[in-house]
Amino acid sequence: MSSPVYEKYYVPAQSPWPFVGAVALFLIAVGAGNLVIELDKGSDGHGGKILTLGLITLLFMLIGWFHNQINESMQGMHSAQLGRSYRQGMAWFIFSEVMFFAAFFGALFYARVFAVPWLGGDSNNAMTNEVLWPGFTAMWPLETTPGGTQTEAMGWFGLPMANTIVLLISSVTCHFAHVALEQGNRARLKLMMALTILLGVSFLVLQGEEYIHAYEEMGLTLQSGVYGNTFFLLTGFHGLHVTLGTTILIILFLRILKGHFSPANHFAFQAGSWYWHFVDVVWVMLFFFVYIL
Amino acid sequence: MSEATEHLDHAHSHHHPSGIKRWLYTTNHKDIGTLYLWFAFIMFLTGGAMAMVIRAELFQPGLQIVEPNFFNQMTTVHGLIMVFGAVMPAFTGLANWLVPMMIGAPDMALPRMNNWSFWILPFAFLILLSSLFLEGGGPAFGWTFYAPLSTQYSADSTALFVFSVHIMGASSIMGAINVIVTIFNMRAPGMTWMKLPLFVWTWLITAFLLIAVMPVLAGAVTMVLTDKFFGTSFFNAAGGGDPVMFQHIFWFFGHPEVYIMILPAFGIISQIVPTFSRKKLFGYASMVYATASIALLSFIVWAHHMFTTGMPLVGEMFFMFATMLISVPTGVKVFNWVATMWRGSLSFEVPMLFAIAFIVLFTIGGLSGLMLAITPVDFQYHDTYFVVAHFHYVLVTGAVFSIMAAVYYWLPKWTGHMFDVTLAKWHFWCSLISVNVLFFPMHFVGLAGMPRRIPDYALQFADFNKWISIGGFAFGLSQLIFLAVLIKACRKQGVPVDDRVWEGAEGLEWQELPSPAPYHSFETPPVIK
Amino acid sequence: MIVSWRMVVGSLSWSLLASTVMADEKSSNDPYRLNLSPGVTDISGQVYDLHMLMFGICVVIAALVFGAMFIAIWRHRKSRGAQAAHFHENVKVEIAWTVIPFIILIVMAVPAARTLIAMEDTSEPDLTILITGSQWKWHYRYMDREVEYYSRLASQPEQIANKLSKGANYLLEVDRPLVLPTDKKVRFLMTSDDVIHSWWVPAFAVKKDANPGFINEAWTKINQPGIYRGQCAELCGKDHGFMPIVVIAKAPDEYERWISQQEAIAREAKAEEQRLLSMNMGMDELMKKGEAVYQSTCAACHMPTGTGLPGVFPALKGSKITTQDQAAHIDIVVHGKSGTAMQAFGKQLSLAELAAVITYERNAWGNNTGDMVQAKDVNAVINGN
Ligand code: HEA
Ligand code: HEA
Ligand code: HEC
Ligand code: CUA
Ligand SMILES: [Cu+2]
Repeated sequence: MSSPVYEKYYVPAQSPWPFVGAVALFLIAVGAGNLVIELDKGSDGHGGKILTLGLITLLFMLIGWFHNQINESMQGMHSAQLGRSYRQGMAWFIFSEVMFFAAFFGALFYARVFAVPWLGGDSNNAMTNEVLWPGFTAMWPLETTPGGTQTEAMGWFGLPMANTIVLLISSVTCHFAHVALEQGNRARLKLMMALTILLGVSFLVLQGEEYIHAYEEMGLTLQSGVYGNTFFLLTGFHGLHVTLGTTILIILFLRILKGHFSPANHFAFQAGSWYWHFVDVVWVMLFFFVYIL
Repeated sequence: MSEATEHLDHAHSHHHPSGIKRWLYTTNHKDIGTLYLWFAFIMFLTGGAMAMVIRAELFQPGLQIVEPNFFNQMTTVHGLIMVFGAVMPAFTGLANWLVPMMIGAPDMALPRMNNWSFWILPFAFLILLSSLFLEGGGPAFGWTFYAPLSTQYSADSTALFVFSVHIMGASSIMGAINVIVTIFNMRAPGMTWMKLPLFVWTWLITAFLLIAVMPVLAGAVTMVLTDKFFGTSFFNAAGGGDPVMFQHIFWFFGHPEVYIMILPAFGIISQIVPTFSRKKLFGYASMVYATASIALLSFIVWAHHMFTTGMPLVGEMFFMFATMLISVPTGVKVFNWVATMWRGSLSFEVPMLFAIAFIVLFTIGGLSGLMLAITPVDFQYHDTYFVVAHFHYVLVTGAVFSIMAAVYYWLPKWTGHMFDVTLAKWHFWCSLISVNVLFFPMHFVGLAGMPRRIPDYALQFADFNKWISIGGFAFGLSQLIFLAVLIKACRKQGVPVDDRVWEGAEGLEWQELPSPAPYHSFETPPVIK
Repeated sequence: MIVSWRMVVGSLSWSLLASTVMADEKSSNDPYRLNLSPGVTDISGQVYDLHMLMFGICVVIAALVFGAMFIAIWRHRKSRGAQAAHFHENVKVEIAWTVIPFIILIVMAVPAARTLIAMEDTSEPDLTILITGSQWKWHYRYMDREVEYYSRLASQPEQIANKLSKGANYLLEVDRPLVLPTDKKVRFLMTSDDVIHSWWVPAFAVKKDANPGFINEAWTKINQPGIYRGQCAELCGKDHGFMPIVVIAKAPDEYERWISQQEAIAREAKAEEQRLLSMNMGMDELMKKGEAVYQSTCAACHMPTGTGLPGVFPALKGSKITTQDQAAHIDIVVHGKSGTAMQAFGKQLSLAELAAVITYERNAWGNNTGDMVQAKDVNAVINGN
């Protein structure tokens, strides 16, 4: 009470949302687990339903929690300290996402640099090739696996290149939106946000096209060996993150339309834009390591 | 909702929610800490009960109580529960209770997320445990779930295992983010970095490790899932993958993970030893640097678990040397503790007993770790009970003993009453003796050639295994004494304690807070001297 | 869940009584019950020395650290009136206890690296063996000779179930041991058909993982003839504890005699196969042979009574394949099902054995199809028609 430092310290009151969130994750995990098993066996079950219920619960929880949070924030209950905590929390969350992608990039490097050359007889593995995989030659992209699955390699020109440009521009527009917000230029902010969202959606559409092309014309599928595996898991998880990012941007856009955020107080906007830049950086890495190299 | 939010500038004590909602909806670091600690203890008993099944089966040669497949499930789930359900949540619980009190804050920085990270855990373990009852059983591929045993050759329940690990990981990451952010933002004015209590330091670094490696574990389980159910071949040579790649990814997580389970223990011991030596901690700064070095080194040693997988020679050499290096900063810690005790004024209350046992027994475990690091000899030790002995010394007499030490040390501060010291001493001595009967002979059977993860063994291992099992049952029963102490303590049956509790205790929680500590630790920031 | 508490209590109290007696009778005869064995190769000797060196250093360090600690505990305790000193830093001491351990580490690292380099040098072998692990047996192929065979656990199921008394080499005995010459550099190529196994013989200090799809190399040069035993050292599923390794080391000339004999036997067996194709076996003969093959080869997974393990291994009793579609039945036994634990037994069993075991499965446990499968039926499937 006496010291200014804690005057604005804010302990949020009890809230049902975290617990609802835990229930949601529980339903999602149980549902997804069962769904995967049922798909694999071709049997019927409730996996899909439980998963849907979980996702709805999660959505419900997110809406409730954010609603709460936004109200509190709009009432000026949040302190500078809390703003810092949110920002740092978001930064560390993005770091954890980086490490998640690192696992898959690691798999890509390992397969390229070690596993495939070894199967081709490199290093001390002359006998691996001679005894187990005679006739297999190492190559990357792995167009013929040791087991004999054939596929075509995805080039980097064309769609992927276009996608790179789309995402890069969207990062720029997202940045301009931020600048506009800080300058109090709401019209520009709206324009730039709308553009960013549009670019995000077009990226997803193009990515969808690319997948269809890969599956229908190139024979490049999730099952076509470690090249296809790393290709689809990396681009797929990236695509999921773009979807999530775009959703966040849309929500931010709606909030902007409602007049939320001020030049000084816009943590949610900042978090969303960080996330968008992060997604963009991941794509650049992907473009370089998955497509070009 | 606004009427329900609390500002510390109004009085808040009138606002104690009660009943079940208090626990389900709580945003209070102490309540959440308590939940974590009780959850961890229940998991410890559950994982321990599985260890008892293991030890009963291994009591004598031949198969007597369980089928091999069920035995493997017990081994696997025992490891998973102890690691993810007992030790890690217990440390998170301690962090919840102590970090705000130690840095002069009223609560954690993100209290609602804090509650979310806790409540995920019971559900995650519910899924894991219930998978044991499915057709085909639960996970039976070891807590390390090596592919392709966990992919093409595992039961269907693997899908549930994967998703339960995913949400466990989400919980750990959120918990870790919370700890880091709290330490960065909530320190009382004047609480500079080099004044932070070591427990806070070690947890800061642990939290960083958690955020760095839990997502990698998530990646590993995801690849297991797609390999098993969606036809990918990350770990299948026919598709250009490599089963050993799984091990690289897993251990890139797994090795930092074992330090996640020991760094907070180092912090605890560094709090307790000075108190009962009535002397400042020796080499505070070097403790901090040593912790950071251990954490950094932990990222480049992972393949010491994989010496027999046929890595190229240079790889084996690199990982051998890097692993050996970790003993240097760890040694610094051990030496600092001994130097703190040296020429102190020692007394041996229960927390100190556990701390001393920790130093001795952890060092034994660390030294056997060093032996394991020597690649050519690890070829003989690997996947034998020698390894099992090593990691139980660092985990049980290391991590778990440190948790018990911490509980005895801070319990009076939490409850305001002294625990039953006589019972606690019984708990200590029974545990100390039985734990060594349990784990020490494992070195011998390991060296003599007994592989781990087997339900039945050759006759020459019989007599030691019998003693190991007897030690195991005794150690398990000793933990029931702990349970009794805890229940009594929570009912506040002991004598009330004063604020400082222990004569030599230093730090905000002892010097600036009453016992029991108030619901919101610091409403006004304390003055840091 | 398979656990019966009455059994727990029963067996515990029983063995408490019995074990005191058992302990006496065998404690004296094995010198390496407490420690690593120095083994029978130069490398294993070096490994043993390294182990003892490490152990010695660790004991000394432990003695110093704990010694200092216990002196402090004894002399500087409050109850003895000790007053706390005030020092809490000393740069010199701290540097010393950083540098000295580092030097100790170098002392350890040098001989370790030397031994490691020698262990990994598989060049210029005198003979090469391809070792393949599969659930739960080892397959040995002499790369430069016409000899290959499976090696399986020989301890009986009744011994494991405590219904028969256990022999001295319980769980460490196999039907066909690997035979190696002494004084020759033997190179091992390790791989696996299914999950990861690890081939380990302590007396040679050889432990190498058998990874499916890859080949790891290791080598040994045995100094003394004898019988050496080891076990699989990587969790490989249900019967990981039941896939031992036995190696018989013979003097080179004896080895030569043995291997030539094996080659002759292998040739004869092939001829016998051909003859069988034109013959029919009777039902009794098929069933008798089939049961033997089933119990030794299939029962590990499908269980002795054909019930399987629900969710893991399918039941053969009353299953569609074993009671109806004979062609599919032969096909799955011969070719296995890739990506599952069901192996291709076509290359593991002889035609007669395959015919017998399939017949057995079609008629045992109430699968009374009355079908008889002959060697030539199996051969037809093997040859793809
Ligand atoms: C809390 C957990 C914990 C901790 C702290 C450690 C600490 C160490 N561990 Fe351990 N380890 C595990 C948990 C842990 N380990 C687990 C769970 C496994 C098995 C996983 C599985 O397969 O299931 C394992 C397995 C394991 C292996 C693989 C064995 C095998 O499977 O073949 C190796 C190999 O190098 C190893 C080494 C080490 C080393 C060098 C340390 C060092 O950090 C130890 C350092 C400490 C000291 C050395 C003692 C104190 C120092 C001094 C007194 C200074 C003076 C000494 C000298 C300089 C010589 N560990
Ligand atoms: C922190 C981690 C931790 C802890 C605390 C423990 C605690 C114990 N572990 Fe642990 N263990 C692991 C981590 C841990 N373990 C890991 C990671 C593995 C590797 C798994 C793998 O290979 O994949 C392993 C593997 C492992 C094995 C090897 C199994 C195998 O290879 O097949 C054995 C065998 O004895 C064992 C025994 C024990 C025992 C007896 C305890 C005891 O300390 C437990 C004591 C506690 C209790 C007993 C509970 C309290 C009492 C009751 C519930 C009342 C009932 C009591 C009675 C009936 C007497 N453990
Ligand atoms: C290591 C374990 C293992 C061993 C040993 C084994 N099997 Fe199998 N078997 C399996 C598995 C797993 C399947 C299921 C494959 C699938 O997913 O369709 C199977 C399936 C079968 C089937 C088809 C059953 C059905 O209804 O689909 C037959 C027939 C069969 N095995 C016969 C045999 C015979 C004969 C032997 C011995 C010569 C044998 N198995 C040994 C694991 C094993
Ligand atoms: Cu084969 Cu374990
Ligand atoms: Cu490690």
